[in-house]
Amino acid sequence: MDLLAQADTALDGLKALGAGLGYGLAAIGPGVGIGLVVGNAITAMARQPESAGMVRTTMFLGIAFTEALALIGFVVFILLNFA
Amino acid sequence: MNLLALTFPDIGHLLEWPNIIPGLDDSIFALNKVGIIYLFAFLAPVVIFVMAKRRYERSEVIVAPRGIQTVAETSVGFIRENIIMQSIGPDGLRYLPFLLSMFLFIFFSNITEVVPLIHFPANARMAMPVTLAILVWLVFNGVGIKNHGFFGYLKNVVVPPGVPKALLPLVALIEFVSTFIVRPFSLAVRLFANMLAGHLLLVTFAVLSHTVFWLALTDSTPTWLVIITPAPFLMLIGLTGFEILVAVLQAFIFTILTAVYIGGALHPEH
Repeated sequence: MDLLAQADTALDGLKALGAGLGYGLAAIGPGVGIGLVVGNAITAMARQPESAGMVRTTMFLGIAFTEALALIGFVVFILLNFA
Repeated sequence: MNLLALTFPDIGHLLEWPNIIPGLDDSIFALNKVGIIYLFAFLAPVVIFVMAKRRYERSEVIVAPRGIQTVAETSVGFIRENIIMQSIGPDGLRYLPFLLSMFLFIFFSNITEVVPLIHFPANARMAMPVTLAILVWLVFNGVGIKNHGFFGYLKNVVVPPGVPKALLPLVALIEFVSTFIVRPFSLAVRLFANMLAGHLLLVTFAVLSHTVFWLALTDSTPTWLVIITPAPFLMLIGLTGFEILVAVLQAFIFTILTAVYIGGALHPEH
């Protein structure tokens, strides 16, 4: 195998490694964030059960905003691996 | 390295579908599985509401809703109480048809992910999420411009109340980018990536169950592998339930974000 082909394989490997690591890193923050959102929503619902409906809607909104970051990480993963 | 002789299909095989109408391969009338799912997602709500309307007109006295009428009334009530009242307020009720059709369209094109023999969420292709996000972008900006005028709306967006004068240029730039660029982008990516991730997850466990099952039938397979054979399949069943939840939740989130954006354009913070 000549040097160029070797470098190419190494590059492919690095790409896959970067994609995997990238997604993993992108999931840390949103994971913590969604935990905070849901945890606080549950606290609110437990304190004031009559507001559960409103809290739930707002909770899903918060989850959606937080989750977007992890999903962008996932899209980058797909792009690096398959595009 | 290929553990368990597992071959994951090429991603093109999971997402790209050939044209099914003979002789129309390159024309604009070509139709593939994704297109058929969208046609279904377009027709299903129409059929539900036309049938519900027929039922409603036939009953002379007001009776408790039954059958398909329940579905229609529940979905209208859900959009009305849980989405519009919570995020826009009573004057947002004029957007009910728009939000309701958007919710049902996204829901029906997502739910095919778990329908046997179809097993494909049409929104795992980027085209429709982008189109819907552009539509939402046009609608909420249109609502803002209609109610406050072009410059009034722009001022409402880029100048949040109570910001110190020194910080204003920075805040204005951030608000501008986040409202006009990040909003549609994240709306489209959220729907697309959720459905694609769910689809890949189901495919992974389906391929794993299939491979492990055939391995368990050969003689040379170690016993521990035969014992864990049902595990991927049980996981697949669990994930199918989870994906039903995701399909409903993504339709809900897309719709409520649309409502929140319209509400923000309608009633700016003071």
